[in-house]
Amino acid sequence: MELFDNLALGFGVAFTLQNLMYAFVGCLLGTLIGVLPGIGPLATIAMLLPATYALPPVAALIMLAGIYYGAQYGGSTTAILVNLPGESSSVVTVIDGYQMARNGRAGPALAAAGMGSFFAGCVGTLILAAFAAPLTELAFKFGPAEYFSLMILGLIGAVVLASGSLIKAVAMIVLGLLLGMVGTDVNSGVARFSFDVAELTDGIGFIVIAMGVFGYGEIISNLSKHESEREVFTATVSGLMPTKEDFKNMIPAVLRGTALGSLLGILPGGGAVMAAFAAYTLEKKTKLRPGEVPFGKGNIRGVAAPEAANNAGAQTSFIPLLTLGIPPNAVMALMVGAMTIHNIQPGPQVMTSNPELFWGLIASMWIGNLMLVILNLPLIGIWIKLLSVPYRWLFPSIVLFCAIGVYSTNNTTFDIWMVGIFGFIGYIFIKLGAEPAPLLLGFILGPMMEEYLRRALLLSRGDWTVFVTRPLSASLLAASAVLLAIVLMPSVKAKREEAFVED
Amino acid sequence: MNIKSQKDFFSGLMFMAVGIAFAWGASGYTIGNGARMGPGYFPLVLGVLLAVLGAVITFKALVVETVDGDKIGSFAWKPLVFIIAANLVFGAALGGLPSIGLPPMGLIVGIFALTFIASNAGEEFNFKEVTILAIILAILSYAAFILLLKLQFPVWPTFIKS
Repeated sequence: MELFDNLALGFGVAFTLQNLMYAFVGCLLGTLIGVLPGIGPLATIAMLLPATYALPPVAALIMLAGIYYGAQYGGSTTAILVNLPGESSSVVTVIDGYQMARNGRAGPALAAAGMGSFFAGCVGTLILAAFAAPLTELAFKFGPAEYFSLMILGLIGAVVLASGSLIKAVAMIVLGLLLGMVGTDVNSGVARFSFDVAELTDGIGFIVIAMGVFGYGEIISNLSKHESEREVFTATVSGLMPTKEDFKNMIPAVLRGTALGSLLGILPGGGAVMAAFAAYTLEKKTKLRPGEVPFGKGNIRGVAAPEAANNAGAQTSFIPLLTLGIPPNAVMALMVGAMTIHNIQPGPQVMTSNPELFWGLIASMWIGNLMLVILNLPLIGIWIKLLSVPYRWLFPSIVLFCAIGVYSTNNTTFDIWMVGIFGFIGYIFIKLGAEPAPLLLGFILGPMMEEYLRRALLLSRGDWTVFVTRPLSASLLAASAVLLAIVLMPSVKAKREEAFVED
Repeated sequence: MNIKSQKDFFSGLMFMAVGIAFAWGASGYTIGNGARMGPGYFPLVLGVLLAVLGAVITFKALVVETVDGDKIGSFAWKPLVFIIAANLVFGAALGGLPSIGLPPMGLIVGIFALTFIASNAGEEFNFKEVTILAIILAILSYAAFILLLKLQFPVWPTFIKS
């Protein structure tokens, strides 16, 4: 079987002592930063990205994947223990997880999250490996018109599934696309919107935007809340193992969560957040067994299912990135940035031209998931200690790491001035209730979209119908239209708003 | 006319202003046509689109009723100013500011400056505590970034080194 040959190649790459080390360090650092309340995977990856610059590309990507999983897992730990989602995909974990912790069952909740994530991660990795080859084949049939339509679908998917106001999310995407225009135009060599600043002719660094908007913006907004609003659960966690009864409830929930998560992760715009929401809603719809704790009161299924789903979704959202080169969500957009820094252009050619990297990365995803379980269950005590560190010591450290990270990207102070500006802008966004994640996605996709649009119209001699006359492109656009129509239907609209408000 | 949603009203205004600014800027570049797009084409379209979206958002904010008026609330000026300032001072310390004749002071001085300024953003400021925190951060950063990751940073002020 080709699949197993490929996986064997991947494990051959990933199982070197060096790469195992990087996976381990990535998971450790990711969890360490991800555990801090208010810092999601986006900020964590942005912050830790500079640490991978000096590494060879394979090792760097393995470490980044580790950081991503670690950050996600760290987020669930915070959700369960602090009643504060460390990131948006653990928003639903908070509901039952924190209640379990209050009932003295933090241990089983953490274990359920860990084991559920691990199982989902294994399945997600297999799906990724199985689908990568056929999807790559498909990708080679894509012309510029198809790519453009696919990006439209991706962007629409991202706003449809995002929380909050739809039109504001669209506006944020367009704003992101525009910010992506800053810098030298590849076709004409004109430096656009650079105001004669030499540094701006290379465009705005995505690290600067990610760190400013997500890092500083969040810190400022966290600081403006009063200390008493942050309730930290510091009681000792004892008895990690779930009971037999717990397992009975957990296993089907994990299976459902995994299936749902894998599916939603592949969809553009889907990814971890939507997967977690959908899984929780599904669990709430299934009947309670006699004697089971109701949802919202500390039901273990309410932890296991969304955690499994968000991990499966996190895993399968790599599929569009690795096969088509199109990031389906903001975290993957960051991964694109990371890959370009290492001179890898994500897309179908990665698998053929760089099979060690491709399969090595996939294998290391599984290893990363395994490490999370090994790492986190025994180290839970340390994370809890970290959570009880006062915020007044934490935030200067976070500010410092952000500043060092930004500076080390290009070794110029210009980036530090820029991040200051974007920190301010990020805080404004938070104040205005405009979600910044679509902005980052738009920012990464902006130059790509312009390029594909240009090529498509150049080939068609300016004929816009090319997008609907080519069947693949037409079906992608049709899918986006359907998606948009569904969300705008009054009944779905009400449901959607309800689903995101609910807690 | 009352503003029904303050957040939406002002974010709509922001989108409109930014969209118009980008569209106006783009009109200064060659626009071209569909088949031969100039550098101004795509940004112009996007800028106009953003301005239109902003207008719709603003309009909705004036018309659609909300429960609590979606107040923006007061700005947290203190954390905002201190966090951003800490960051800027760190940059100035690290790389120096030739325009005002400030030589590069290096990482360690930068860390102390950043920690002291940033700590002001919190609710309490304890000089002893902040000093200890700054020392710990300086040692850790030196070990992690300079010794372990071998990043190319100026560590000490240039006038000491030379």
